[in-house]
Amino acid sequence: MGEPGRDTNPAALALHAISAGYGDAPAIEAVGASFPQGTMTAIVGPNGAGKSTLVKTVVGALAPAAGRIEVFGQPLALARHRLAYVPQRASVDWDFPIRVIDVVLMGLWRELGLFGRVAARHRARATECLALVGMEDFAHRQIGQLSGGQQQRVFLARALAQGADLYLLDEPFAGVDAATEAAIVAVLHRLRAEGRTLVAVHHDLATVTEYFDRVLILNRRPVAEGPVARAFTNAALATAYGGRLPGLPAAAATAAE
Amino acid sequence: MTAAGEFLGFTLVPMLIGTLAAVACAVPGVFLLLRRQALLGDAISHTVLPGIVVAFLLTGRIATVPMLLGAAGAAVLAVLQIQLLIRAGRVEPGAAMGIVFTAMFAAGVLLLERTDTSGVHLDVEHALMGSLESLVWLEARGWSSLADPAALAGLPAELGRMALAAAAVAVLAVLAWRALVIATFDAGFAAVLGLPVAAIGLGLTLSAALAAVAAFDAVGSILVIAMFVCPPAAARLMTERLGPMLAWALGFAVLSAVLGFVLAGHAPLWLGFPSALSAAGMIAVVSGAILGLAALFGPARRRMAA
Repeated sequence: MGEPGRDTNPAALALHAISAGYGDAPAIEAVGASFPQGTMTAIVGPNGAGKSTLVKTVVGALAPAAGRIEVFGQPLALARHRLAYVPQRASVDWDFPIRVIDVVLMGLWRELGLFGRVAARHRARATECLALVGMEDFAHRQIGQLSGGQQQRVFLARALAQGADLYLLDEPFAGVDAATEAAIVAVLHRLRAEGRTLVAVHHDLATVTEYFDRVLILNRRPVAEGPVARAFTNAALATAYGGRLPGLPAAAATAAE
Repeated sequence: MTAAGEFLGFTLVPMLIGTLAAVACAVPGVFLLLRRQALLGDAISHTVLPGIVVAFLLTGRIATVPMLLGAAGAAVLAVLQIQLLIRAGRVEPGAAMGIVFTAMFAAGVLLLERTDTSGVHLDVEHALMGSLESLVWLEARGWSSLADPAALAGLPAELGRMALAAAAVAVLAVLAWRALVIATFDAGFAAVLGLPVAAIGLGLTLSAALAAVAAFDAVGSILVIAMFVCPPAAARLMTERLGPMLAWALGFAVLSAVLGFVLAGHAPLWLGFPSALSAAGMIAVVSGAILGLAALFGPARRRMAA
């Protein structure tokens, strides 16, 4: 378990015995973890480990069957505005008749509300966020005309527009090209340097050490959690993945046994 | 009766009812199409039949309010059954709708068979085709009738009911627009923003049910189904943006209703046949033809090939 949240400097995200899933069999059970402010954590684990379920539960898209979620020391419902979410790219219909800029403007919901008029300053903010991910030239394209990597960057720009302190990303590098991956990592590292907290479901074990400073290894229950140097061990990965791990990554391979 | 009175009473009023029905169905139809739930309108328009028959059995007559209540009750029951099948039974949404609407329409037909409805316009044919041509304004004597309270009192009740339903659906869509768009495009993200995603979905379904029920006894289920699907689908082929898509859908709905009504009344006579065709059927055919043209020539159809 990570550091307990203190009132003076609470963890950006603290999970207490979270169980959640669809139907009777929970996809995750008794997950407890703590994500300190200003860190960047990878959630890794085999297919079916409940990584996406955990993220959906944290952002409130799925109600937990049991457990408690604290965001900056407050219950989720009170701190929702400090949280941004980048869903899996495959979770939406990219044929939807909408332009890139309008997707990013969705991130300004808290300012605009149901009836607020989209003013020039809102468009400027959205364009700024697009520029941060190198997509400002695509603002008026329909979203279906973009490549997978470009679509992922638009999702990230929408999360940036939310102006959050805690970012949850569900497989931000899935199916994107190398240039996009590098661009996204640069943006995420900049956010971390600004003191924001990032939590990403991540598939590629080979890049965990390079991109992230913390890791949560999950297989329905937490297997290991903490700084990459300490928690990202072959022993923990072998426990989580069982025989399904094709080759253990060389990095951080010194098992702390 | 003057020529103006004849136009008002026998053409304009039924045509207006058909147009309002088309518009009321096309608005929720746009969002149902984008949610890949286009068949929901189909399901609702079929499932209201047993509700209407039950209302007739209970009251013994064709009365507007009990029939609307019965139909609304049946529609809500169907929606709940579909949700139950999807959530509890894990049945694929399209299949769940297909099962529920077929079963409920069949139940309505069985109920009709065991009911003595010989004295009233309540039979399977009526349920399919409606009775647009019979919704006439006999009191129309000329343009002056529009200012005559006694004549206006003779307007068919369906006109006011359909106008109310169309206005309610339009107002709801405008009020909820931004939230509806976000929840339709990305439900997960909408939930993170704190939007009531389930309530928005239910609200859309209920406004579709309102449109379908109001339109059902005036224009029949064939036209209701066509108006839920054809104008929105054709509109999607014309533009890559949501606002213009809604505008195109409304335009196509109005065009289908007006052109279909005129063609049904006159085209057979031009071709030498003695009698007119079903207006509801012709409106549905015209909307299908528009969809066909949009599929062939619409500027946004490129995405289909991609």
